Amino acid sequence: MTSGDGHYYIPEGSPWPIVATLGVLLLTSGVALTVNDVGGGGLFIIIGLLTMIYLFYAWFSDVIHESMSGYYNEEVDRSFRQGMIWFIGSEVFFFMAFFGSLFYIRVISGPWLGGEGWLGLSNMLHEGFKFTWPLSIQPEDVAQAAGAPEKYMDVKEPMGAWGIPALNTLLLLSSGATVTWAHWGLKKRDNRQLVLGLILTVTLGLLFVAAQAYEYGHAYHELGLTLNSGIYGSLFFMLTGFHGFHVIIGATMLIVILLRAMKGHFSPEHHFAFEAVAWYWHFVDVVWLGLFTFVYLI
Amino acid sequence: MSTTAVAEEHHGAPSGLKRWLFSTNHKDIGTMYLIFALVMMFTGGALAMLIRAELFMPGLQIMQPDIYNMILTDHALIMIFGAVMPAATGLANWMLPMMLGAPDMALPRLNNLSFWLLPAAAALLLTSMVLPFLPGGGAPVTTGWTLYPPLSVQSGMGMDFTIFAIHLLGASSILGSINIVVTILNMRAPGMTMMKMPMFAWCMLFTALLLIIVAPVLAGGVTMLLFDRHFGTSFFDAAGGGDPVLFQHLFWFFGHPEVYVMLLPAIGVLSMVIPTFSRKPLFGYKALVGGLIFLFSLSLIVWAHHQYTVGMSPLATEYFMIMTIVISIPVGLMILNFLMTMWRGAMTFETPMLYAISIVIMFSFAGVTGVMLAVVPADMEYHDTYFVVAHFHYALLPGALFGLFAGVFYWLPKWTGHMYDEKLGKIFFWWNIIGFNLTFFPQHFVGLAGMPRRIVDYSPQFAEINMLSSIGAFIFGTSHLLFLYIVIKCIRGGEKAGDMPWEGAKAGTTGLEWELPSPPPFHSYTTPPVVR
Repeated sequence: MTSGDGHYYIPEGSPWPIVATLGVLLLTSGVALTVNDVGGGGLFIIIGLLTMIYLFYAWFSDVIHESMSGYYNEEVDRSFRQGMIWFIGSEVFFFMAFFGSLFYIRVISGPWLGGEGWLGLSNMLHEGFKFTWPLSIQPEDVAQAAGAPEKYMDVKEPMGAWGIPALNTLLLLSSGATVTWAHWGLKKRDNRQLVLGLILTVTLGLLFVAAQAYEYGHAYHELGLTLNSGIYGSLFFMLTGFHGFHVIIGATMLIVILLRAMKGHFSPEHHFAFEAVAWYWHFVDVVWLGLFTFVYLI
Repeated sequence: MSTTAVAEEHHGAPSGLKRWLFSTNHKDIGTMYLIFALVMMFTGGALAMLIRAELFMPGLQIMQPDIYNMILTDHALIMIFGAVMPAATGLANWMLPMMLGAPDMALPRLNNLSFWLLPAAAALLLTSMVLPFLPGGGAPVTTGWTLYPPLSVQSGMGMDFTIFAIHLLGASSILGSINIVVTILNMRAPGMTMMKMPMFAWCMLFTALLLIIVAPVLAGGVTMLLFDRHFGTSFFDAAGGGDPVLFQHLFWFFGHPEVYVMLLPAIGVLSMVIPTFSRKPLFGYKALVGGLIFLFSLSLIVWAHHQYTVGMSPLATEYFMIMTIVISIPVGLMILNFLMTMWRGAMTFETPMLYAISIVIMFSFAGVTGVMLAVVPADMEYHDTYFVVAHFHYALLPGALFGLFAGVFYWLPKWTGHMYDEKLGKIFFWWNIIGFNLTFFPQHFVGLAGMPRRIVDYSPQFAEINMLSSIGAFIFGTSHLLFLYIVIKCIRGGEKAGDMPWEGAKAGTTGLEWELPSPPPFHSYTTPPVVR
């Protein structure tokens, strides 16, 4: 079925799902080989990544073409919307795993390791260890005889909340406002406001990424805060890292939307792609607020 | 329930390999899911046969301990992620659009992606199994499907392939679930309200919702594992302030709902089969929907009953014990509904119905051993014994696999247009469940006597019962060859099946699936029918 005859649009057979499968298979097995220092993994990763980049370009080109040809009726549009909402829902639970781990370590297992609570007797593993947050002296250190090799490094100074993290909060919150302003422009057919709003949003997002990259360098070189510096470093980089990764994805999608907006693809009635990306952007925003509160502030 | 517009044939099926590789058709993708599940069932089954051959007698028979542990790990992963879940998704793919009066699944291309991720994941998993036999391939994955650290952090390269396989399986589940949820919420024909939907659709809805919630958490957990293995983090290492029990919480937050992910599709099949062969509407439709919501919510807040022995606080274990026992309320409600549907019905006993009745009995049995295991002081004794193995095989074979068998027999005539061989079906049923009970029933006793699970050797006092169990397993395992034969025979021909091959189906909680001819046209409902 190809026409926009009012039926629910069922696409013709498409090669992209199977190309996607090959791409992720190459990528994952490449990573698995590389982390085990087996040769050839790097090549797999490069081919896999190129496949995935081409795939996203090709798959979304198809979708954009179908959308511009008017194949999508209201019901298809609703399917897309609901699909995106559930996808973001699953992403929320992905982040819940890391936030949950943070709470578990801080509230339950950390204090136990430090000798508090009824199970504090596990403290005998690391006698004299006191649990503090952010954790700077690792449990292995207190029990270790002088001169033994260390597995985890100590943190010289924890990451402060004010300064760049606070600035980042401001950047992301403003980008949420500018994307909404762009949406207002779209709804009243003001393409200039739409494009300007999107350019501002992308700029703010990229500034955020740049500031975060600078902050990582600062953490590694001056604070002694790395992936290797115990559970604080592990959680810090896992949470902010996955968030940063999502910001990069979001910004990439925003750039695509910006290019489409410049071509005049969107109308006040028909702009699911814009809204999906805006929802995603707000989601990334909300995750950052959680991060700022629980990782940096308290 | 009557319909106006019937399906119109729009396009024929595309021909050749492209039809399958590039498919956007819910029936073709459903078929691929089912075939994949069947292949995986035989793979996982072969591993199970190796396990039982090894345990035939005390002492080492055919393999080294670490290979034994790898085989039981992959048996579980393949059966859960490769056989049961894809088979359930396959049934949903085939039946949901037909039941709800939709032209296809809501997002057809995504549907194909969620299928093709599965063979990729299987390839990664098989790589992890082959690696230990290659030079430089590292130690095998010996952790069991639970992948607990610290052992999983210390394992060889195979563990990384297993972790990525789980990532792909999770992605496939999430995308497939999104598709199922959107199809049910958005693609119903006019007049097909939520409360008119066949119960199978309700069950698949909750299955999919559970997966959307829990699969990402597992993805997060195994990602942390990967980082602990290779990037120096200390999530699960107390020396760096982490906690190995954290992984158990993350895993079982996924792992417990996963049990319901496997069970609910079978409950859905039973809710179609039992009314059909009792020739009565489903008893207590609304109560069953309520029970599903109850079960769905409970399943997300009871996970730590798998971890009573790791040393949680008494308050936490008490909470998890009480909530776990509460689960018997919605499960009991389902059993009651099924029994009351059969009550005074004009029952006949075709193969799907035989399975349905045996499931009600055997799954209730698993429910009873489940309550025993839920009680903390009792579980301290049962934990990690064969009693647990017997319990969850009684839960997952009747509660999932046999439900899928019932569904396949029930819908095969619809899919193929031919009746399956009823006589062979019945032979298969008896062969199958006698073998099953012979395998797993005795394991309760060795478990209570203290035989630990996941260990290649055992004390000679358990020899007789283990030999019995192994003989049962060989009977059980070979029975599936007959299943394969029946399915192939039915596809190739047989007595012609009508649009509604089961005359009792009218009385059941049917949707629109019987309005279509058998076999149904390539596209189900191009114009949505109107349900009055």
